[in-house]
Amino acid sequence: MKKILFIEDESTLQKAFGDILTQGGYKVISALDGETGLRLAKSEKPDLILLDLVLPKIHGFEVLKKLKQDPETEEIPVIILTNLERMEDVEKAIELGAKTYLVKTRYKIEEIMEKVKKILSE
Amino acid sequence: MLKKITAQLNILGQCKRYGVSIWQCPQFLFVVMGVFIILVSIISYLIGARYIINPETVVLIVLIITTILFAISFIITRSFERLAEASQMKSEFINIISHQLRSPLTNIKWTFEVMASEEFKVSAEKQEEYFVNVKENIARMVELIDDLLIVSKIEQGDFSIAKREISLEDLIKDLVERYKVFAEASRIKLNFYSQENLPKVLADPSLLKIVTENLIDNAIRYTKGGGIVELKLIKEKDKVLFAIKDSGVGIPQKEQKYIFQKFFRAENILKERTRGSGLGLYVCKSILHKLGGQIWFKSKLGKGTTFYFRLPIK
Repeated sequence: MKKILFIEDESTLQKAFGDILTQGGYKVISALDGETGLRLAKSEKPDLILLDLVLPKIHGFEVLKKLKQDPETEEIPVIILTNLERMEDVEKAIELGAKTYLVKTRYKIEEIMEKVKKILSE
Repeated sequence: MLKKITAQLNILGQCKRYGVSIWQCPQFLFVVMGVFIILVSIISYLIGARYIINPETVVLIVLIITTILFAISFIITRSFERLAEASQMKSEFINIISHQLRSPLTNIKWTFEVMASEEFKVSAEKQEEYFVNVKENIARMVELIDDLLIVSKIEQGDFSIAKREISLEDLIKDLVERYKVFAEASRIKLNFYSQENLPKVLADPSLLKIVTENLIDNAIRYTKGGGIVELKLIKEKDKVLFAIKDSGVGIPQKEQKYIFQKFFRAENILKERTRGSGLGLYVCKSILHKLGGQIWFKSKLGKGTTFYFRLPIK
């Protein structure tokens, strides 16, 4: 079973999307802040990371940077899932090594699920 | 065309639109500089004609004039910088707001999508949980929009103040009564003490309610793991002093000077919870300022914070 680490501080989203990922046959590990997210990325070695940007303790960009600097985690694909949609944010995330960048309000939950499936099958 | 020209000439109107004082408005400062140059040219001509035999005096006068002109241009440059900063802040403001409104909106949207989807099965038990979440998120949006409306009113100066004599004691008593359950839910005890024969204050009750609600809400919210919140009313000469003391997380020393700024949130609370608009204390300060009062605080990190405000009796 593929493991997905979901780093998101909104517990509502954790629940709703987490339930769907579980039903889709994935093992979901959730983190409500950046620090926990980083720690779980190292210890759990997930197959994919869904990362929000505005997070308590450590900002999403910082999390992404650290993930990509660490040889243990640099290979894990990261999908940025956020509500920030300034071009500079998108560019920065891609530059830092994110696989893709999705603005939450612009996508249906099914569409995000499709992206997750696609990236995990690569 | 003519309308455009007159609009351009209406410098004071333009400065007002920028929302800065006239001494910080570039257009106005340019006019000041222009008038100054014309006046100085005339005076120099008159003085020059008289003291032509005394070159040192002429040099000295020119030097003084140049210095003054230099100072004015410096002020003008600064005023341009300020305008640029203000516009930067405005776009930053919009960015923060849209993000804060979007988060609950996404929560609602996604929750409904999950519930409506044929593909995913949601149990009745889960459904109830989802509805509670939606309700919470709607409340969050309403709260933020209310705060924003107050801020926008404050900034546009479009603020009707209906001052009348009110009893702070009654107002706080009602508030304490209303917040009791919420406080208890967070293991917090509210203690209220009021000096006897407290005079009434002259203020707008609905505005004062916003201030006191914000302060009590903060005190409860930032006292982690239970404790006591003390509220006090004391008479001081021609004023009434209100104090609210919590045993909460406190405000870090180096961040204390920013605490009343719009959208500012201290680092220690940001680490714990990302919610909250950062508008509450800004609103409190603006309202008290309009009511002729003052607000300040004392705080120690990890020990707690006391907020005070003072209002005139008459």
